[in-house]
Amino acid sequence: MTETLTTGRTGPEATSRRRPYPLARHSLALAGRSLTKVRRNPGLFMDALLLPVIFLLLFVYLFGGAVAGSTQEYLQYVFPGVLMMTAILAGMTSTGLTINLDIKKGVFDRFRSMPIGRSAPLIGSVLGDAIRYVVAVGTLFAFGYLLGFRVETDLPSALAAAGLAILFGFSISWINVLIGVLVKEETAVTTVAFLGIFPLAFGTNMVAPTETLPGWLQAWVDVNPVTHAVEATKGLLLGGADTAVADAVTATLLWSAAFVVVFVPLSVQVYRRRA
Amino acid sequence: MDDYAFRATGLVKRFGKTTALDGIDLAAEPGTVLAVLGPNGAGKTTAVRVLATLLRPDDGTATVAGFDVVDQADEVRRRIGLTGQYASVDEDLTGAENLTLFGRLLDLRASEAKARAKRLLEQFELSDAAGRRVSTYSGGMRRRLDLAASLIARPGVVFLDEPTTGLDPGKREEVWQMIRSMTHDGGTVLLTTQYLEEADALADDITVIDHGRLIAHGTPPELKQVVGGQTVAVRPADARHLDQVATILSAATGRTPDTAARDVLTVPVDGDATFTAIVRRLEQEQIAVTELSLRLPSLDEVFFALTGRHTDGDHQQEAAA
Repeated sequence: MTETLTTGRTGPEATSRRRPYPLARHSLALAGRSLTKVRRNPGLFMDALLLPVIFLLLFVYLFGGAVAGSTQEYLQYVFPGVLMMTAILAGMTSTGLTINLDIKKGVFDRFRSMPIGRSAPLIGSVLGDAIRYVVAVGTLFAFGYLLGFRVETDLPSALAAAGLAILFGFSISWINVLIGVLVKEETAVTTVAFLGIFPLAFGTNMVAPTETLPGWLQAWVDVNPVTHAVEATKGLLLGGADTAVADAVTATLLWSAAFVVVFVPLSVQVYRRRA
Repeated sequence: MDDYAFRATGLVKRFGKTTALDGIDLAAEPGTVLAVLGPNGAGKTTAVRVLATLLRPDDGTATVAGFDVVDQADEVRRRIGLTGQYASVDEDLTGAENLTLFGRLLDLRASEAKARAKRLLEQFELSDAAGRRVSTYSGGMRRRLDLAASLIARPGVVFLDEPTTGLDPGKREEVWQMIRSMTHDGGTVLLTTQYLEEADALADDITVIDHGRLIAHGTPPELKQVVGGQTVAVRPADARHLDQVATILSAATGRTPDTAARDVLTVPVDGDATFTAIVRRLEQEQIAVTELSLRLPSLDEVFFALTGRHTDGDHQQEAAA
């Protein structure tokens, strides 16, 4: 305790300068924080690794024989849907929960007392979790290839499908962020997230063609944005009429933008209010 | 710019039907320590959260370094440090990582953030633990890191919300030492506490609040005069000596000792000389004691002296998280 040059009336101007793109820099610094935690505890990644493996095994071998008569054919049919579902669910178990815990433990209050954008901690958490999507999607492709899935288009299209899935998963994860800042009890966060996300993730034509579903479910499947997203990855991975694929991709991009435009401000607003 | 490091006037904050702050005034001049003393639920934390821009007041105004906490929140945030039961650090990161992250969020260059973190860790005697995860820290280390974290910005004003609650007495002294060093350089500190002893040890001024209202304000000597100075407590090793001790105490102080507690006699004393006299008499009469202490009145006794009633402690959930 010899040096005491820690406080002073000189104020912060002496040391901290205002630099451009503060929100981007602060969000990235906070995303780095999430990555450090994951690096230190890779066990947190287990679900991102196991989710795609379990989904593929489950769908292909449990349903494949019954729905398509051949597991191999069904793998080709179901893979694009599993890709989209993996991207959506990879964040669900993590994003809302970590944000909720950060608020509860007071880490976010420290951030709130600092001169950074109110949205930076939320964006940081979501960006930090994006690595989970990348891992999950990578695992899915690797395991899918092992089981015999083959891309029927070309490499750029396959990469576009992976990128689209990750982007869509990232956008939809803002629903989890909203749940994370809204719900008081951390145990309830995952439950609420499951209830909110499951109709979106499973209410599609990924498992079986729309015509085979009951009428009410067809109605839902037709409006479900995830259906468009699955159509888009299907087109990018397996091919299809160019205009149909382009339409599905456009719809998916628009929906992604819509999720961000609606749920980001909403989440920030709730977070700001939550004292 | 006014002459106050921070100043709050008529602050009101309600949570639903609960009024946490009911028109509080708080102020401190630069380079001083203000202690806000009150029981649980008095509104201490709420007041700090308003001043630190975490809560908007429903009424009243507050400025820090001349900037309004609502309209110029970002300017305020550049000039404050905050430590409390809530504004905490990330337990999954190391001490050094936490401080460096806060530095980056304050727009310091990476090298400067690292250097500042290193210096603070040295200053708060945490260098050896710098690379360890905070979840492995002891309670005292954790508090020291919290204090260090609030200083990364080299803030002109530091808010410390119950910085020693839950620490054992030895560790508390240690934290006090560090808080004292914070003001050497002209920094201003607002400290909330439940202990008059702590306020007395650290503060230039004390504001006592309860139920969101201001009850008393003054320097520690002024306040102690109101509440009756210090109390001596004596517990003879042999309970048969109680009468003899009572005689000594009343002879030395001219007051009748309080016998409310079993086997302990307490009596207010006016100065150190009286205490010395009591100690000498006990020695002369060869009365062995297991407890002999001179202490400040407890918060409860302060409240009793100021308001005529005891603290009721558990009425409101103060943090209202």
